[in-house]
Amino acid sequence: MTDAIPKAIVIGASAGAVEALLTILPDLPKDYPLPVFIVVHVPPDRRNVLAPLFESRCKITVKEAEDKETVTGGVVYFAPSDYHMLVEEDFSVSLSSDELVNHSRPAIDVLFESAADAYGPGLLGVILTGANQDGAAGLAALAKVGGIAVVEDPATAYAAQMPGFALAACPTAKVMSLKQMASSLLAWGAA
Amino acid sequence: MRDNIEDIEVELLLAALYQRYHYDFRHYAKASIKRRLIQACNQLHFSSISALQDALLHEPTTLPRLLNYLTVQVSEMFRDPTYFRAIRERVIPHLRTYPSLKIWIAGCSTGEELYSFAILFREEGLEDRTLFYATDINPTALQDAEAGIFALDRIQKFTENHQKSGGRTSLSDYYTANYGRAVFDKSLRSRVVFSDHSLVTDAVFGEMHLISCRNVMIYFDRPLQDRAIGLFHESLSRKGFLGLGSKESLRFSVHANDFSEFDREEKIYQRIAA
Repeated sequence: MTDAIPKAIVIGASAGAVEALLTILPDLPKDYPLPVFIVVHVPPDRRNVLAPLFESRCKITVKEAEDKETVTGGVVYFAPSDYHMLVEEDFSVSLSSDELVNHSRPAIDVLFESAADAYGPGLLGVILTGANQDGAAGLAALAKVGGIAVVEDPATAYAAQMPGFALAACPTAKVMSLKQMASSLLAWGAA
Repeated sequence: MRDNIEDIEVELLLAALYQRYHYDFRHYAKASIKRRLIQACNQLHFSSISALQDALLHEPTTLPRLLNYLTVQVSEMFRDPTYFRAIRERVIPHLRTYPSLKIWIAGCSTGEELYSFAILFREEGLEDRTLFYATDINPTALQDAEAGIFALDRIQKFTENHQKSGGRTSLSDYYTANYGRAVFDKSLRSRVVFSDHSLVTDAVFGEMHLISCRNVMIYFDRPLQDRAIGLFHESLSRKGFLGLGSKESLRFSVHANDFSEFDREEKIYQRIAA
């Protein structure tokens, strides 16, 4: 079975997120065709720290997601601290201050489940390093609608729990090192 | 033909909720509403959104239980302390120049924001000349707001926030603790009118000097956001203030030009006198 061509990418990461993302995001070209949505667990009072951090190190456009903005390719959207980030079926972003999910806001599951609804088989989801089980249910939901599930190799991840839980919930996921992931993301963008 | 059966069920349930009870969630952002409906199904033990809809139409006790999933926001007193600091340091000096004040807390939920404002206005010596309107569409939440009782384990966070907001007093001056609950002083509500009001279907009810509506419109789609902002514009006095949640903005609104950015960072806007 060949995978559908991805139309969007969702990434979830927790402990060790910045280092991991610095391995895979800087190589993405400015004209990368896909939108990339990222949830990183950060404390609620950290205002907009991720986008500026990555902006200076990436060629692709990086920003903090704004409520109701229309999704475009070639943009990395970070969920703001203390808000969930969701993708609507009209391909706009919405934010919510609904209760914590998996003790987190933003939560990876909330992004992945809404994006799975919006993009269906055109969604590629990546679970990176982390020390909790957020993202496992989201990745399973993504796989259920035919999306491509990818998990960082727990053996080499900074924190193995999150990739481990994701693999347990979604055994068909492809397991990759960060380096393999970086080149795969480029290849999917060129598909 | 649509594949996603849940999406069909969501639309049908929202139509039923509107036709039967006139609660209108049809223009709420879909992804969140769907999440909340699925959560309601799981926790209320319905096998599907259709089963929930059946109960909604035929079992009158279902409505208040469902509304608690669709509307109630868990907030904090003085949530985002820098917002309240900006109100205290930048907005209050303007409000001081008026002999009487009307303040509207729109979508007050269980009252955390309302009590924050009541305490802030008392600290600033403005409470006696102020009338607060606290509105919500959820009658259960309004009752909770009116009761002013919060779990004691939330108070530490409220106290931290209050201090960071520039509080001039101790939060413990305003409540008594018993049996794991903090019961807020009822004198804080002596200047408050609690009322059922919908930003979706109801109209202007008074001329306000300040409207605070935080993390409510974030759940609306754009046309509904425009309706609510238009309602706020009509409800504000000349140069009245509008405070929004930290991720809400008037930037994409058709009413953007009717307001100036009074504090860009804290999302406080001022009606342009026209």
